[in-house]
Amino acid sequence: MARVEVPELPPDPTAATKVAELEVPPEIVAQTLGEYLRAWAARVRAGDSGVLPVIAGLAVITVVFQAISPHHVFLSALNLVNLLQQSAVFMVLAMAEGFVLLLGEIDLSVGYVAAVGGVIGVQLVQPATTRWPWWAAVVAALLACALIGAAQGTLITRLKLPSFVVTLAGFLIFNGVVLILLLLGPFSGYPSLLGDDTNRQVLYHLMWGTIDPLAGWIGMIVIVAGLGLALWLRDTRRRRSGLVAPPLGLTLLKIVLMAIVGLTVVAICNINRANIGTVAGVPWVIPIVLAVLGAWTVLLQRTSFGRYVYAIGGNPEAARRAGIKLASIRTWAFVICSFTAGIGGLLYASYLGGMSNNVNGGQLVLYAVAAAVIGGTSLFGGRGKVMHGALGGLVIGGIYNGMYLLGLDVQWQFIVTGLVLLSAVTIDALSRRGATTGSVAHV
Amino acid sequence: MSDANVARAGAQPNAAAPPAGEARLQVRALGKHFGAVQALSDVDLDLPAGQVTALCGDNGAGKTVLTKCIAGIFQADQGQILWEGKPVHIRSPRDAAHLGIETVYQDLALADNLDIVQNMFLARERLRGGLLDEDAMERDAAETLASLRVTTVRSIRQPVGSLSGGQRQSVAVAKAVMWNSKLVLLDEPTAALGVVQTKMVLDLVRRLRDRGLAVMVISHNLNDVFEVADRIAVLYLGRMVIQDAASAFDRQRVVQYMTSGGTNGSG
Repeated sequence: MARVEVPELPPDPTAATKVAELEVPPEIVAQTLGEYLRAWAARVRAGDSGVLPVIAGLAVITVVFQAISPHHVFLSALNLVNLLQQSAVFMVLAMAEGFVLLLGEIDLSVGYVAAVGGVIGVQLVQPATTRWPWWAAVVAALLACALIGAAQGTLITRLKLPSFVVTLAGFLIFNGVVLILLLLGPFSGYPSLLGDDTNRQVLYHLMWGTIDPLAGWIGMIVIVAGLGLALWLRDTRRRRSGLVAPPLGLTLLKIVLMAIVGLTVVAICNINRANIGTVAGVPWVIPIVLAVLGAWTVLLQRTSFGRYVYAIGGNPEAARRAGIKLASIRTWAFVICSFTAGIGGLLYASYLGGMSNNVNGGQLVLYAVAAAVIGGTSLFGGRGKVMHGALGGLVIGGIYNGMYLLGLDVQWQFIVTGLVLLSAVTIDALSRRGATTGSVAHV
Repeated sequence: MSDANVARAGAQPNAAAPPAGEARLQVRALGKHFGAVQALSDVDLDLPAGQVTALCGDNGAGKTVLTKCIAGIFQADQGQILWEGKPVHIRSPRDAAHLGIETVYQDLALADNLDIVQNMFLARERLRGGLLDEDAMERDAAETLASLRVTTVRSIRQPVGSLSGGQRQSVAVAKAVMWNSKLVLLDEPTAALGVVQTKMVLDLVRRLRDRGLAVMVISHNLNDVFEVADRIAVLYLGRMVIQDAASAFDRQRVVQYMTSGGTNGSG
């Protein structure tokens, strides 16, 4: 909508208008790609950088680790696929955490809730004991996690307990629950997914199974073409009916970037990465992560529920007065968080090929929060997207993977990840302080 | 439409006398206490359609309590509220919205992280096939803003946090009138606004009146009150001490009623 001068009013003081201009997302006012890029550059200079730090972070990680890793293996097909598999767990957990961070809450229990989901899945498919079909085990694991979320969410919203404390208690409780569940059955605490029966195989292949290279290409092309077409149709429709829409060049740029990412990932995954024999193809975990990303993006961006989550995170009082049922929305956000953590837990169990008491849920939750914040989700609520968790998860996965290649011990991984989290939170807090309007700060 | 409004606004002098009887909302003998504190006692108030009623009173006079009783946040202990002549019980903000009563609270109405369209449709989103119908919402929001001549915003999709105080207040008011509301309650609409922004909001208030809405403005600022009000009602220590056409007052008289309840409460 173009600016229209109102005849009876003198124009706004220019200084105030200029400050406000910086805060307007460039895509809603720019008419051409050039204008967009200039507006975007101005925004970055003003400290509001969007996803730029994550992209820059990924670039730095790639360059540095490629340069210093032994034999420069960082960019080898084997390692890149491995990196994607490791990152998948962080990405899913970060997307889970994102739901409660958007409300200005936190869930410290996601790591061990994920582990609970993983153990339940692994235990139920054991042929020596319960012998559940894999799908029933998956449903049971995710249901158990959702119930945990409902219980924690209810305590937080109905009894008005701080989420920090409730989920800290959950952290301990579910750590204990994991240990109890591990000891069930004749597995000495190490139920495994290795075995040739279908049910264990399916869970193991969540992470390690690969899609036939040709099917991978076709699937990727279908997804990119579908999303690209939807984006193109939406933007041209909005542009034609005079609604706010990004410039044509930007729409094209987004589609081209999407195609490049799709092509690159599938091309790398389809290279034979085995030393002996043939291992090639996109791991199943990639479409699983994409499905979670897609589903939760639709939920947050295109449904009333998602809108209410943002509203509560931005200004709970306004949300309440608008008639939104705060307690129920908040509880559901905790349910979704724990449910998604359960998906992450199943992937984690699959990655490990079983479960053991080595699961470090404390580290997982810190990585999840770090990934979400690094990706651009605000700890103060109301700001962030599902995509941010996914991108942040890749950064964390990259650091984790690179330091492993360097042979650095776990203590250095902790320290580096801690420093990365600290810098992400600092950027988050500084960009909030830079905002000209004092929005309601609440933790 | 806006041209017609201007013409009507010119033809209608500020000091229109209150019509006898048929006020859109009538408050009768309302009482409300909190524990031992009697916040309101025996309060009468008429809010006629097509007029701006200013509710004045010193701090603690009961302006906010009265507003919240009408808005459904508090329930009165005694008395009655008549909506278009019929007695009603307003138990929640939802009930109030159902009748067509919308309240614009100072600073509490909008989520900074949402854009203008998202705020205007908050909790009343338009859906299509279960998903948000952004196009329809954006079109309607733009139409409402244009009809109220709120045209200084750069983009209807900018976050509310990036708006000036006057623009925010305008968006909050536009949000309130979007839903075929018949009575709009404005809590200190010009507090913390500069001169230009105040004028912008007061112009908007006049446009609401010209659309035939009943408007109640709660204000400390007598400049604004005399600028925009057709009627003035003054609360003093929880009692309505006077309500009359604005032309019947001068500044000094209003101050007198606000600070001492007047000489003999003729309201």
